[in-house]
Amino acid sequence: MKCALEIKGLKAGIGGTEILHGLNLTIPKGEVHAIMGKNGSGKSTLAKVMAGHPDYEVTGGDVLLDGKTILGLEPDVRAREGLFLAFQYPSEIPGVTIANFMRAALNARRPEGQEIDAVEYYNELYKKMDLLKIDRAFTSRAVNDGFSGGEKKKNEILQMAMLEPKYAVLDETDSGLDIDALKIVAHGVNSLRGPKLGILVITHYQRLLDYIVPDVVHVMVDGRIVKSGPKELALEMEKKGYDWVENLVAA
Amino acid sequence: MSDTELQEKPDLQIDQDQGNFSYPEDYAFDAGTGLTDKTIDYICDAKEDPDWVREFRKKALKVFNEKPLPTHWASKDLENIHFNDFRYYLSKGAKPKRSWDEVPDDVKRTFERLGIPEKERAFLAGVEAQFDSEAAYSNIKKAVAEQGVIFVGSREGLKDHPEIFKKWFGKVIPTADNKFSALNSAVFSGGSFIYVPKGVKVKHPLQAYFRINAENFGQFERTLIIVDEGAEVTYMEGCTAPKFDSVTLHSAVVELVAMKGAKIQYITVQNWSPNVFNLVTKRGLAHEESEIKWIDCNIGSRLTMKYPGVILKGRKARGEVLSIALANNGQHQDTGAKMIHAADETTSNIISKSISIGSGRATYRGLVHIPRHLKGCKNNTECDALLINTESRTDTYPAIVTRGEGNSVQHEASVSKVSAEQIFYMQQRGLSEGQAMSLSVNGFVNDLVRQFPMEYSVELKRLIDLEMEGSVG
Repeated sequence: MKCALEIKGLKAGIGGTEILHGLNLTIPKGEVHAIMGKNGSGKSTLAKVMAGHPDYEVTGGDVLLDGKTILGLEPDVRAREGLFLAFQYPSEIPGVTIANFMRAALNARRPEGQEIDAVEYYNELYKKMDLLKIDRAFTSRAVNDGFSGGEKKKNEILQMAMLEPKYAVLDETDSGLDIDALKIVAHGVNSLRGPKLGILVITHYQRLLDYIVPDVVHVMVDGRIVKSGPKELALEMEKKGYDWVENLVAA
Repeated sequence: MSDTELQEKPDLQIDQDQGNFSYPEDYAFDAGTGLTDKTIDYICDAKEDPDWVREFRKKALKVFNEKPLPTHWASKDLENIHFNDFRYYLSKGAKPKRSWDEVPDDVKRTFERLGIPEKERAFLAGVEAQFDSEAAYSNIKKAVAEQGVIFVGSREGLKDHPEIFKKWFGKVIPTADNKFSALNSAVFSGGSFIYVPKGVKVKHPLQAYFRINAENFGQFERTLIIVDEGAEVTYMEGCTAPKFDSVTLHSAVVELVAMKGAKIQYITVQNWSPNVFNLVTKRGLAHEESEIKWIDCNIGSRLTMKYPGVILKGRKARGEVLSIALANNGQHQDTGAKMIHAADETTSNIISKSISIGSGRATYRGLVHIPRHLKGCKNNTECDALLINTESRTDTYPAIVTRGEGNSVQHEASVSKVSAEQIFYMQQRGLSEGQAMSLSVNGFVNDLVRQFPMEYSVELKRLIDLEMEGSVG
């Protein structure tokens, strides 16, 4: 068994239009990979297809989590298998507090009748919140309801910390964040880095990668990975622009 | 996930498994099918009614026969009720037992499965358990009875306490109020009669449980609650029925009387199976400085029509209706509230939350009446609707009539949707689709449920979970 999130020749799209044209990517457990790409290159489609968004159809290839295919599984099954997606636009759930939502999510991972103990749960929750430097009053607010952009992203990272996934995909986590919020979120992600977690950071800008320094950078153009390299590739991209890679592809 | 995909999931069936069981029929009394003067005589004989009741019933039957169905404003589905196909009285004997040990085994098992004896021990001051037409069990805790509190069935009420019963029976809701109050007045059986003497505050709730067991049956309980000056009581009713292919009719009349400074809280947890027509008239009369609060939760049934009301008769009387209606696939919850202000400085509050799922339909009908000559009256009305897919439908018909200066009325309404994106987001955290919907619904009703008594909130949450789990394929 290979401990990695593997995407093999993935073809997928929406409404009959193919967006991913045979994408290959492997994120070994314990590593942080980044995908950089322009708007419309298919970055968010990749995130949604992996998570099982029902609007998207897969027409070829495979996605494997530690050697097992996850295509065809319901989104909640994929999540319980250990895949986490930090949303670019997280949904609001009025009337449901973060604390209750997280508790329900954790209970969904346990056998029926063996719900998590309340004291144990809050201990764990507060520990994670301290780690991420999040104020305790935060979790009594309804999920994302009236949250600022920064609060929404902080909430995503807190959930990631609580659910302890095997692989996490962060979809444009930096979008809509000012520099202070970005630093808090990056601090959260960095404190969760470790041998048990593989992370895929999807971003448009190099900026985020100053704070979450990746092991490998991939450049995505038109539904394919066209170039991969060490973290310095991100800086080169920033300097030379996307045209540079596109020209490479054309050549 | 698009909305269309969500609603095309197969089999948006309701999970009524909790109440979906029945035992073979074995009745000592059966009035047969259909409704005539003879049916009334049979019921009167079986119940050993006094003559005034027989007369009252027969008059009511005439009114019922003469009144048209209210289909000019209400659902045409009412026309699918064939009154001659029902059985109007079924019982194993008219006298309830005082101890569970004496209750016939099948009936006892029914209520045990519904958790009634257990709840009685845990937190109730008294319990009445009605099985089809009559209460099989009725008991009040000794300490409560010793304070002079009366908690019996309607039959015992009218026989043993005629001086209080007759004074208020049919006064809050006259026979001719509507076609179904007339029907109930003709064939009523079971329900509770409660009297709380001056100054007595009943600490724990009194509970009645209404169970329909037989097919093609009509249940017509009649409840009258009188709370004397400065006294307080909380009454909880629960209802279930098995899932039959044929139609079942439940048509209750509930009258509340709060004397000066009294407080009544009336709580309904209804979980009818989808073959039940639930057509209920509920109204309270609030005297000076008294308070009547209806907490009404409607889950299940084929069609529910229910608009609990308060007549605010005395100065500074207060009326409140907090309601939650959940209309699942194929169901119509037509619910609302009536507040009739009839004295100065009376206040009323209506908060209604409805949830429509699949082809379920929720309708809110409200009536707030404040006449010109009154001063210092206030009403607040809030109606919130939650739709769980594009097919669901919600309508709001608030009728607020305020005349005169110095009266204030506030009305707010909102419609929101559980979007496919929201469900996907929750599923991505590991919740199943059913759990995700259930959580959304619980979130939607959360601020209201927080005002309910603890035991009731827990029960309600459990029912919503069951309903939502069953609503996805």
